[in-house]
Amino acid sequence: MSSNPFKPTRRQVLAGTTALAAAGLAGLRPSFSASVDWKRFAGTTLDVNLVKSPRSDTILKYIAEFEELTGIKVNAEATPEQQQRQKTVIELSSGKPSFDVVHLSYHVQKRQFEKGGWLADIAGYLADPTLTDPGLVEGDFAEAGMLFAKDSQGVLRSLPFSVDYWIVYWNKELFEAKGLKYPETFDQLVTAAEALTDPSTNTFGFVARGLKNANTPVWTSLMLGYDMTPLDDKGKLRTETPEAIEAAALYQRLMTKSAPPGVTGFNWAEAQSAFLQGKIGMWFDGVGFAPPMENPEKSRVVGKVGYGVMPKGPKAHASGTFGDGLGVTASSEKKEAAYLFCQWAVSPAMGARLLQAGAGVPFRKSVLEDPKVREGVTMPASWLDAVVGSGNISRLALPVIIPVTEFRDIYGVALTNMIAGADPAEELKKATAQFQPVLDRSEQG
Amino acid sequence: MSAIAPERTGVTSDRTGVTTDRTGVTTEQAIEGSQTIRLAPNYWPFVVPALVVVGAVIVFPWAFTLWMSVNRWTLGQSRSFAGMENYLRLASDPRFWESLVHTLTYTSLSVAAPMFFGTVAALIFDARFPLRGLLRGVFVMPMMATPVAVALVWTMMFHPQLGVLNYLLSLVGIPAQEWIFNARTVIPSLVAVETWQWTPLVMLIVLGGLASVPREPFESAEIDGANAWQQFRYLTLPMIAPFLMIALIIRTIDALKSFDIIFAMTQGGPGTASETINIYLYNTAFSYYDIGYGSAMAVVFFIVIVALSFILLMLRQRSQWIDAEGK
Repeated sequence: MSSNPFKPTRRQVLAGTTALAAAGLAGLRPSFSASVDWKRFAGTTLDVNLVKSPRSDTILKYIAEFEELTGIKVNAEATPEQQQRQKTVIELSSGKPSFDVVHLSYHVQKRQFEKGGWLADIAGYLADPTLTDPGLVEGDFAEAGMLFAKDSQGVLRSLPFSVDYWIVYWNKELFEAKGLKYPETFDQLVTAAEALTDPSTNTFGFVARGLKNANTPVWTSLMLGYDMTPLDDKGKLRTETPEAIEAAALYQRLMTKSAPPGVTGFNWAEAQSAFLQGKIGMWFDGVGFAPPMENPEKSRVVGKVGYGVMPKGPKAHASGTFGDGLGVTASSEKKEAAYLFCQWAVSPAMGARLLQAGAGVPFRKSVLEDPKVREGVTMPASWLDAVVGSGNISRLALPVIIPVTEFRDIYGVALTNMIAGADPAEELKKATAQFQPVLDRSEQG
Repeated sequence: MSAIAPERTGVTSDRTGVTTDRTGVTTEQAIEGSQTIRLAPNYWPFVVPALVVVGAVIVFPWAFTLWMSVNRWTLGQSRSFAGMENYLRLASDPRFWESLVHTLTYTSLSVAAPMFFGTVAALIFDARFPLRGLLRGVFVMPMMATPVAVALVWTMMFHPQLGVLNYLLSLVGIPAQEWIFNARTVIPSLVAVETWQWTPLVMLIVLGGLASVPREPFESAEIDGANAWQQFRYLTLPMIAPFLMIALIIRTIDALKSFDIIFAMTQGGPGTASETINIYLYNTAFSYYDIGYGSAMAVVFFIVIVALSFILLMLRQRSQWIDAEGK
């Protein structure tokens, strides 16, 4: 695959032209490649298991289009994230899941799905021109997408659907009132957060997740600014390193000196509610939570929100990245038909719909870079700039391990204790001692 | 069973009219014996449906849980026999012991508070006053609400910035509290919700008890000059004791298995400050998919519940009404 943009391969040229053709979007019927025999599996019935979210709502909204295109009947089920994860893991581990296509959260389930051998190898389908749109090439996905979608052996196991970069939502009005500018470094972030905080007026400079488990990605995202990840390439924990401790101390300082009381119980929803009231200077979370900001029925900060790329850390500039994808179950007897569904769901047409509605951000570069798609985006231009800017500094924020939930729980408790005043180094030491055996056990079975 | 023919058992009749067989056993005895020996096999099919149901819904799940608890089994990975490893892990797991303490604290408070307030409410509603029926109806309404809906409403009320409780406190000059968002106040706050919802149940049970209390002893006590407290302490309380015991048993079982309100409001947080065994067990089995360890936890928790139930049943026996003959 050529990485030089001035010397594209034949496949990349095809990708670009197909992406442009497919972006006959807003209100127009999207076109799909004629080289693919879309009707090949007409009459088949597919069972699809989705996570309930604005992203899956977009799939469900347009599912009739896929059925018309292929003649395949789709039974789609969308359940809330936590329940969907439990249901899919239990069914997949039984060996006979009731679905052919599964929606997975890469940052939590990637390694678990690999270890279980639950997803089919779809690399062969991607290379088959009778089955794959020429525009669907690996190079069209953001690097993080391909990291997520391939297993440790480099085999493609799913198609990246939607990416979530962590950005900083900031209240321009509060910043202007204090004569502050958007922070470009971690130090400036702390200074601005503390300058904006005034408990007497119930105004606070910063909010982020404080709730156990939900708070861990905040810390690991900050850690990326110190050029550190929770595990090294060999799977050894690095959660007691000076960088990890510094990131935890930064988290502690922001959450104790600049965050509203009770923040230990805040998940993204509580943090978002607080920010929407107009009394919070900055909120650090996923880019996908933006739509309510500009909704006058839900927000007191319409038109006042800035969308900033994560400030630069002492050693690196990085945006914590999370994502989800669609895979074909290894036990499915309709793998090729299921692959067609995944392909349609990640198509430029569907990606544009996601982006334009603010329902999610597609992994495909051809969609993000398409001027016509950008024109149709309902969110402010600064949001889209933050998306693109974050994509350029994207790094995975959570370790690719099986016990991601335990990792988030154990370190989440440590972070919660830090908000209550505990020493970061001590808490990380205790958490690491607690998590190490869990990690060791996870790869034994 | 008169359908049994005497000749089949070799029965003869002597002069006294007493029917005996060759071994000298009376007919009555023979019939009894033959019933046991010959008819029992004809009855066992009737027990099969009950045995199947009990086996399927009680015995099998428990046997399977016991079996899982002695296995190293995480979903998505291979299973292997672990012996007592999971139980030994429990013994050295500080999070398990912490959750056990939380469970016992939460249960004690969630039983004591509704028992106290429910009894007081029952005494109030037992008296006659205007609009008593209407007020009693209003009082029992929390009990009818869905726990998850209750949890969501209270979560909003407890919100440190946007909640109505802190607003009310501010009106009387009390500083804002963090309620369920603080490790120190989370369990009392959750108990407050549990108390709000389940005090009416205790009130209804005790009210039933008060309705069955005879009036004569109170009339005698009044004649003897007993004051209101003495009448309550030495007459009312002993007479409603069996009802209080029933309320206590129901509340204890309910509080021990409480999951929905805690999960919906705090998910065991902040940190693990309100994590009861139920929540930890759920996380272990369905978030970490560690089925073996979760099963061991379930077995130990079951033993704790059985022990508590045993104690409560003993207390219930002691609280029964005893008449003058000591029966």
